[in-house]
Amino acid sequence: MTDAALPLPGVAEAEAAFRADQARERMKRRLLPLAGILGFLALWAALVYVLQVPPFIAPSPFAVAHRLVTDFPKLISNLAPTAIEAITGFLLGNIAAIVTATVFVHKKSLEQAFFPVVVILNTIPVVAKAPILVLLLGNGMEPKIAIAALICFFPTLVNMVRGLESVNPQAMELMRVLSASKTEIFFKLRLQNSLPYLFSALKIAASTAVIGAIVGEWIGSTVGIGALIIQAMYAFDSALLYATVIVGSCFSVLFFLAITLAERLVVRWQPPASH
Amino acid sequence: MHAMSSAVECRNVTVRFVTERRTVTALENVSFSLQRGGFLALLGPSGCGKSTLLRVVADLIQPTAGSMAVLGQTPEEARRDRALGFVFQDAALLPWRTAIQNVQLPLEVGGGPKSLPANAPTPRELLKLVGLEGWENSFPHELSGGMRQRVSIARALVTSPRMLLMDEPFGALDEFTRDRLNEELRRIWQETRTTILFVTHSIYESVFLGESVLMLAANPGRVREQVNIDLPPDRTLAIRDTETFVRVAAGLRKSLEH
Repeated sequence: MTDAALPLPGVAEAEAAFRADQARERMKRRLLPLAGILGFLALWAALVYVLQVPPFIAPSPFAVAHRLVTDFPKLISNLAPTAIEAITGFLLGNIAAIVTATVFVHKKSLEQAFFPVVVILNTIPVVAKAPILVLLLGNGMEPKIAIAALICFFPTLVNMVRGLESVNPQAMELMRVLSASKTEIFFKLRLQNSLPYLFSALKIAASTAVIGAIVGEWIGSTVGIGALIIQAMYAFDSALLYATVIVGSCFSVLFFLAITLAERLVVRWQPPASH
Repeated sequence: MHAMSSAVECRNVTVRFVTERRTVTALENVSFSLQRGGFLALLGPSGCGKSTLLRVVADLIQPTAGSMAVLGQTPEEARRDRALGFVFQDAALLPWRTAIQNVQLPLEVGGGPKSLPANAPTPRELLKLVGLEGWENSFPHELSGGMRQRVSIARALVTSPRMLLMDEPFGALDEFTRDRLNEELRRIWQETRTTILFVTHSIYESVFLGESVLMLAANPGRVREQVNIDLPPDRTLAIRDTETFVRVAAGLRKSLEH
């Protein structure tokens, strides 16, 4: 028997203590956020109760929960158009951004000519773009989709260009030594390299696309989360207003989680930046 | 036909980089030749243009003046013929590909190799040759620096290149890993009989690896001296403690200090 195999006094106890410590840490990491949320809700309920806030100014969390249940069909039927607009806009805007980034990377002169235009268009706030697009595209879903698409376009374009260009210079030299064609360099090197960059943009776009669709619905719309928000506000129905906002943000979170899941499936290597 | 038997014929090569502010002469009037099947180490301090010279051979940089013949062709023809394998200082593996997929890359791009010998080793056999059997499906981030560099050597060998160009491939590795890979590279050279042009700034590495050492001087990069290394072909690390080795290394050091 070697020395290493001998049971060393204290080691097993230390290991057990270490494991117990780790388990406690894990529990803490799970329970603390939950405690934070419950604390926030309790504070909200207490404030409304103590300050005697009238229901047309702010509801109690119980009133909101009640409306979430009783008005569930109404909330869902209004979420559907918003979700369609946000997802369609997300797809169109991101596809356009990916195509534009690909063109920019291959034709530098186009990038130099049009990148400033894109930057200027991006400086116009969404709330200012919305009326312009409503005039251009009418009162249907189209202007909302356009707003969601526009809002996704810029971050994805910027990240995608960076991802396509920030290729390891030695990998680029390798492709040249191998006499690889431009198409091969694009698909085997640049596109793969851009995926982590693309996904960080898509995660931003997932929440901003929903914002875009809602803002679009504020202007001349009768259905959708945005329209419901406006209606609830004018009716001083604060419980419905809050319930609508919660439904909208739940959808945002689900959209974000779906993209995060897709990222885990697609980007299975560690991006160089995290080394 | 002297040129036909040479792997590299470099005659009066000058490379200048012109920027807006100034012109930098990276190489001036460099001439050397490397026999087929040979192992030449390019040795010099940083800034002596040794990596630039390697890139002229690989057709990554065009010489401003002078002529370069690679395997009896222009560097471009040699590159298009897929006659060259290049190993970079940083292994330059594609992080989204597993070890074996990285080794396969040269077979997939540029139309693949023009003609592979019938007994050409497969990617799997090459990973075994560089001591990475069982690591085929690991991603680069799961491998150590030395293992990544082994993968990149296997990748360079997969097209059965007639010449291997190596740009300080072990420069970023720790000394133990570096020593072991030096020994293995000698073995691989003897097994594959590929011509090797190896850039390094380590005197010991150049003497241990090279059949011949081309010493370069800096500012501007130029040839100082070419020295033949009279050591037996079968070299183990122990050879570094022999009198001959120490004498040759000391001679190179003295020459570089001048």
